[in-house]
Amino acid sequence: MIKLDVNGKVHEIDADPATPLLYVLRDHLQLNGAKFGCGLGQCGSCTVMLDGRPVFSCITPIAALQGRRVKTIEGLGTVENPGPVQRAFIEEQAAQCGYCIPGMMMRAQALLEANPAPSKAEIRRHMNANLCRCGTHMRILRAVERAAGLMKASRGRPNGG
Amino acid sequence: MARRLVLGLLLSVLIIAALFAAVSWRTEIAPVEPAPRTAFDAALVARGASLAAIGDCTACHTPPGGKAYAGGYPLKTPFGTIYGTNITPDPETGIGRWPQTAFVRAMREGVDRQGRHLYPAFPYNHFTLASDEDLQALYAFFMTREPVRTEEPPNELRFPFNIRMLLAGWKMLFFDEQRFRPDPAQSAEWNRGAYLSLGLGHCGACHTPRNALGAEKNKQFFAGGEAEGWHAPALNGSSPAPVPWTAESLLRYLRHGASDTHDVAVGPMALIVHSMANVPEQEVRAIATYVASLMEANPERQQRAEQALARARGAPPDPQAEKGARQASQDKVDIGAVVYSSTCAGCHAQTRRPPGAPSSDALHLALSTSVTAPTPRNLIRVIVQGMSPPDGEPGPLMPGFAAILTDDQLAALVTYVRAAYSGQPAWNDVEREVREARKL
Repeated sequence: MIKLDVNGKVHEIDADPATPLLYVLRDHLQLNGAKFGCGLGQCGSCTVMLDGRPVFSCITPIAALQGRRVKTIEGLGTVENPGPVQRAFIEEQAAQCGYCIPGMMMRAQALLEANPAPSKAEIRRHMNANLCRCGTHMRILRAVERAAGLMKASRGRPNGG
Repeated sequence: MARRLVLGLLLSVLIIAALFAAVSWRTEIAPVEPAPRTAFDAALVARGASLAAIGDCTACHTPPGGKAYAGGYPLKTPFGTIYGTNITPDPETGIGRWPQTAFVRAMREGVDRQGRHLYPAFPYNHFTLASDEDLQALYAFFMTREPVRTEEPPNELRFPFNIRMLLAGWKMLFFDEQRFRPDPAQSAEWNRGAYLSLGLGHCGACHTPRNALGAEKNKQFFAGGEAEGWHAPALNGSSPAPVPWTAESLLRYLRHGASDTHDVAVGPMALIVHSMANVPEQEVRAIATYVASLMEANPERQQRAEQALARARGAPPDPQAEKGARQASQDKVDIGAVVYSSTCAGCHAQTRRPPGAPSSDALHLALSTSVTAPTPRNLIRVIVQGMSPPDGEPGPLMPGFAAILTDDQLAALVTYVRAAYSGQPAWNDVEREVREARKL
């Protein structure tokens, strides 16, 4: 049994310690936001956050996760109440087929938590690891900038989180 | 009495200083009006371009993302940071007013036009071997580059290394001005390769270990050194490559950054391979012929190679490998095996990387020099940082594992890989190297 902290909730997982986190998220926890793309850590569609940093969940064994915090796209908000990154991606209509978008949002979230006001060049460099085969990169980059703005605005409000 | 002693001491110090100044003094070579670009023969410039690529001048003389040869690249050395100089033909900040004699003197003697000694980070101990014709071609190449007006930042060297005059003493100890002497017993190709590798190519600057004063240890020629924090593997009989290099595999590596039985080029070597793409194949072939001849396979190495290839084909571990595993702590090997199976095996379980294969067909680790090397440094660095080709370039791609693995898991993984695939005793500095790699 391995204890897994996902989106602030601790789960007991009965699986081989070498099982990739992505399989456990999707098959054991029914958190289907993170996607299987290449399975080799080269496309980024499986990106989740681990202790605040973006990782490819397809090459992250659950054995590596004892006592660490996993955050997935489901932890950013809900359909009724989307988080700032999710809202920004909707407002910019950054998705075409949408398969890469959960990974894109998680990588963007990690950037904005570490650096609330990234430059265009910093956004490009940071997002470099994730691929979009539809070619909506320009909208995705705009969405990340918009998300930074939304986060800043919500911090500015008296009750903002 | 005491006063006379002090006076005498003072006098002798002054005399020694004056003598030293006299010996170290180099004259200024008068500046000239920059010649127009059209003054240089196009064929000569083209030859110079190829030689500049072999020397990878751009590595230290072009700043990251900056203009070609405009200087400012920070080269980190154990003595502090040295900035590559502007070698464009700008008359004020570059070498535009340098006559060819000044350029040749700098290359062969490590003295600039004004007569100042140059730091041996500029590897004139190698460039001194260059022929008149080749230096003429290089001069023509640099004089026809786009002039860029920019000054590199001043060097940040620790005392006493920031005293330029001391370089005269360094040169007396460690530097011989000399031209290349061909070995008549060897082929013309071998000699061309030796000339390029030892001279402009300055392979030894990284692949030969250095002493405490930063001079190459000639007795340990090509025995493996350091390049900007990377281990530069030995290129002599002690080469750790599991499958011995041949002229053919080395040629492929130098041209393409990979061969089907060796690691891909990473770190500073990746930049050199990139530069080598602009060199005529016969020059690269000559270098490959010469360097491979220094690592010639003997029966013992051949046997090791067969064991490595057998491991890569999935043969059961041989007794040698089990010995390696026993020396490592079993706990670590077990944890490492778990990490390996889900983080590495997806790409690295291939048996043989065919030429031109996609980057997901990675090298089997039984064939990796980073796994058999005397230090775990390169293996750890690659796992932590991954590999990514420069923007818009094709090249090997590997995700970095810095955010995925903790220090303990990383150490366990590296211990396991060494035990399972190298046939060598366990490394004993894995934890320290993991901490070092994290700082980068």
